[in-house]
Amino acid sequence: MSKFKKKKSGDLPAISTASLPDIVFMLLFFFMVATVMRENTLMIENELPYADQVEKLQKKDLVMYIYAGKPSARYQKQFGTEARIQLNDKFADVSDIKQFIIEERGSKREELKNKLTTSLKVDGDTNMGLVTDIKYELRRAEAYRINYTTKNGDASQNLE
Amino acid sequence: MAKRSAPEVNAGSMADIAFLLLIFFLVTTTIETDAGLNRKLPPIQDEPVDPPPLKKKNIFQVLINQQNDILVEEREMELKDVRQAAIDFLDNGGSGCDYCQGKADPASSDNPNKAVILLQQTRETDYSTYIAIQNELVAAYNFLRNREANRLFGMSFTEMEADFNDAQYNGNKDQLEEKIKTVRDLFPLKLSEAEPKESN
Repeated sequence: MSKFKKKKSGDLPAISTASLPDIVFMLLFFFMVATVMRENTLMIENELPYADQVEKLQKKDLVMYIYAGKPSARYQKQFGTEARIQLNDKFADVSDIKQFIIEERGSKREELKNKLTTSLKVDGDTNMGLVTDIKYELRRAEAYRINYTTKNGDASQNLE
Repeated sequence: MAKRSAPEVNAGSMADIAFLLLIFFLVTTTIETDAGLNRKLPPIQDEPVDPPPLKKKNIFQVLINQQNDILVEEREMELKDVRQAAIDFLDNGGSGCDYCQGKADPASSDNPNKAVILLQQTRETDYSTYIAIQNELVAAYNFLRNREANRLFGMSFTEMEADFNDAQYNGNKDQLEEKIKTVRDLFPLKLSEAEPKESN
């Protein structure tokens, strides 16, 4: 009988998983911080074109979004494949834009009303005719500051 | 009495909970694009006003047709050459411009204050082509503004604008605004967009 028992050799010790939660939490925090909850469910295809001379949109709450593009596959039966405008969560007509701008403007504070920017998120394959109509409506609604929202990248990719 | 030790809490399921949250955020994350080209639209004029007389040489005409071909000053052009062509036009310095470094070609623009870029497209032009052209024209202006800003203030124009929009910038903002305005006035953005042509 020996006091010093020989350790069993051969078996690998189990790998401790105690630090696994830490790693997962780290990832979790990253995604929590980076997440921006989508305000609108997109019902259209929205592949933005590329540009590299971009300026960042400043304050998020001073931006109104107008989407345009072909209806996505599940809506094509109902709405066809012609490019359409989407305001908030539904398809809209060009003539609805003025009302939309007025409503959005009404929900903002008085002193911020002339700082509102309209962000145009338009699919790259859309015809300019629709975009021109949108721009004309925005001029009628006196929303002059616009931003063509784009992806950051070389503009020559647009022509492919 | 035997010493009672507090039982250890099993933390094994913590990872599961964290995973659950992680997957939720993974699914809901959309990295939103929040950058783009800023533009200001002109107000609507009630009565058609006669446009101020412009010499033809002070107009830089860019046309895009329904096949997305680019026509610059009545010559077909590739997208990659548009930027240089616009820079040459704006920076020509025919008369009344002492900071221009162009060739002073009498057939091109007089000075950046008079030079106007006219962009015209059809209703069938693709939006992506239009954005590409807009991008190149903005790039031309940015290039010239950067050059002047570097010459006058030793700092590029885009840097100055970034600083100006940065809430944490701790320099003198009024002074910076003044500088930005000076550079802007040297090369004012004069981009006119005509109504698209009806194609038939």
